[in-house]
Amino acid sequence: MSLRRPAKDQPEKFEFNTSSLDAANKVITKYPKGKQQSAVMALLYIAQKQNDNWIPLAAMKYIAKFLDMPYIKVYEVATFYTMYNLSPVGKYFVQVCTTTPCMIRGANKLVEACKEKISKNESELSTDKSCSWMEVECLGACVTAPMMQINDEYYEDLNKEKTVEILDKILKGETPKPGSYKGRVNNEPENNRKTLMEFKNA
Amino acid sequence: MLKDQDRIFQNLYNDLGSDLISCQKRGDWIKTKEIIAKGREWIIEEIKNSQLRGRGGAGFPTGLKWSFAPKEIGNRPHYLVINADESEPGTCKDRDILRFEPHKLIEGCLIASYAVQAKVCYIYIRGEYFVDGQKLQASIDEAYKKNLIGKNAAGTGWDLDIYIHYGAGAYICGEETALLESLEGNKGQPRLKPPFPALIGLYGCPTIVNNVETIAVVPTILKRGGKWFASLGREKNTGTKIFCISGNVNSPCNVEEEMNIPLKELIEVHAGGVVGGWDNLQAVIPGGSSMPLIPKEKCETLTMDFDSLAAEKSGLGTAGVVVINKDQDIIKCMARIARFYKHESCGQCTPCREGSGWMWRILERMAKGEASKDEIEMLGDVTKQIEGHTICAFGEGSSWPVQGLLRHFKDEIKKRNKFDPIVKENKNIPYLVDQHLLDKNA
Repeated sequence: MSLRRPAKDQPEKFEFNTSSLDAANKVITKYPKGKQQSAVMALLYIAQKQNDNWIPLAAMKYIAKFLDMPYIKVYEVATFYTMYNLSPVGKYFVQVCTTTPCMIRGANKLVEACKEKISKNESELSTDKSCSWMEVECLGACVTAPMMQINDEYYEDLNKEKTVEILDKILKGETPKPGSYKGRVNNEPENNRKTLMEFKNA
Repeated sequence: MLKDQDRIFQNLYNDLGSDLISCQKRGDWIKTKEIIAKGREWIIEEIKNSQLRGRGGAGFPTGLKWSFAPKEIGNRPHYLVINADESEPGTCKDRDILRFEPHKLIEGCLIASYAVQAKVCYIYIRGEYFVDGQKLQASIDEAYKKNLIGKNAAGTGWDLDIYIHYGAGAYICGEETALLESLEGNKGQPRLKPPFPALIGLYGCPTIVNNVETIAVVPTILKRGGKWFASLGREKNTGTKIFCISGNVNSPCNVEEEMNIPLKELIEVHAGGVVGGWDNLQAVIPGGSSMPLIPKEKCETLTMDFDSLAAEKSGLGTAGVVVINKDQDIIKCMARIARFYKHESCGQCTPCREGSGWMWRILERMAKGEASKDEIEMLGDVTKQIEGHTICAFGEGSSWPVQGLLRHFKDEIKKRNKFDPIVKENKNIPYLVDQHLLDKNA
């Protein structure tokens, strides 16, 4: 299990803005009547997006009222799932996969790059407070290892130089192009394709 | 090598585009109405004849699973849930289906929903695949617009709504009952079975849970016939499978191949060989991180299907092949997998919650040569005490890779960890599990 604690400094109030409110009401219609609690995960995402990438306790209380469920159940969900950030992570949140398939292809170099560029320790904001990084478990892009995720996008087939390039860009406030950084197409074997040849470059 | 025309996922590398028109050119949504008109008994029988086994890891026969759904809709609605919470280290096949073959999945959802009489289908996608989920949502919207799903879906007279539900970074939600808990808005902690989800699942209603790949191959099987699918591979291990080959190979890739393909062919032909040559191979994890590793000697002749891997005391799992060459420290690799399981344990059952951390700490010390001789046996004992003593299969998943390491690389561990038990020798070793024993003897 992973230990997750809410941040010390918490805002007192949280409320959905109009666009979040629209999104929340739309999500609830996906589930049967009376089962609106199912929407709690989606609502936590909406709150996280609205609140600069992290979820304060006030938002959990607000969502509990919104869905007519006990606050403790929302708290349970928010602390159980690792993608809910319980403390500020900055505008760019870098997650480096270091599980075995990435590890044996050199994920530690990516971690080094993050340490040099962003902050010495993981989950620590950079000096300008714009980004932070973290080691995470398998992100499900093992074939294009080593890789990392920045906010919603995947950056694949990396090495240390490429990672430094990407991090330099985000520290300047730019959003780099996601995808493979070796120039390969999706998950095909690089320079070694033997199947579905008639469609290649079709 | 499998002939190209027998590959189900023609767009695995997105050469052809994933919009509806391109998908229809490849044969999706053709004859859907005729298939459904043949009735649910015929569909289930044909899937049984194809001997399709679930592609999510356990390999349960799909036709049989569908037949467990109640024959009549009672006062509780039925649900179909698609498991796209792909988090097994070494596996990234479902992501490509979500991205590039969305209409195979959506069409499969309609056919499967009809077969198990579900009018609502949830697709549970891991939260990290948000971008891929958005692409799938666009495909679902497209299908709604063309009336392929929704009321009177594809002119079949069956109503179907498909919704996407995002997970939020919990590996355990790939376990079907944990996934249902998560869908209901709870922590993802597995439920006791029985009752099985087929009778009491989502919201207490009959629910069939299937993997993405399983559902996505269904339309093609029904169009080309169960016999065609059963003619590929071998008895009880039929059809094709997407293999993900990662790790120390020259060109890691996803590739769809026939079941029972030799492992050596997968690595040498499709993945461009082991880095440093075949002789530099150390071990292979054949089916995602929870399956025990296979040492090089056995990789020469090994074929990749459920039963032949089970005979080697491993398993096909999700067919995520992780190749480890001799440049890697095998104990460290397994210690990292143990750390993964320690991180992902849901914390419900004590043997798994405590044991997974215990295994990780022992392995970390073993990698550094700081463990004592008797801890090798102790580690084996810990794995045995986790395995079979937990609610879900996570206990097995976390202890099997460690057992695999002990089975095949015991000599390596022994070579590195030579000294006598710490209680006798009183060595000052950091983060010791049994510090209290040491204190007593000091």
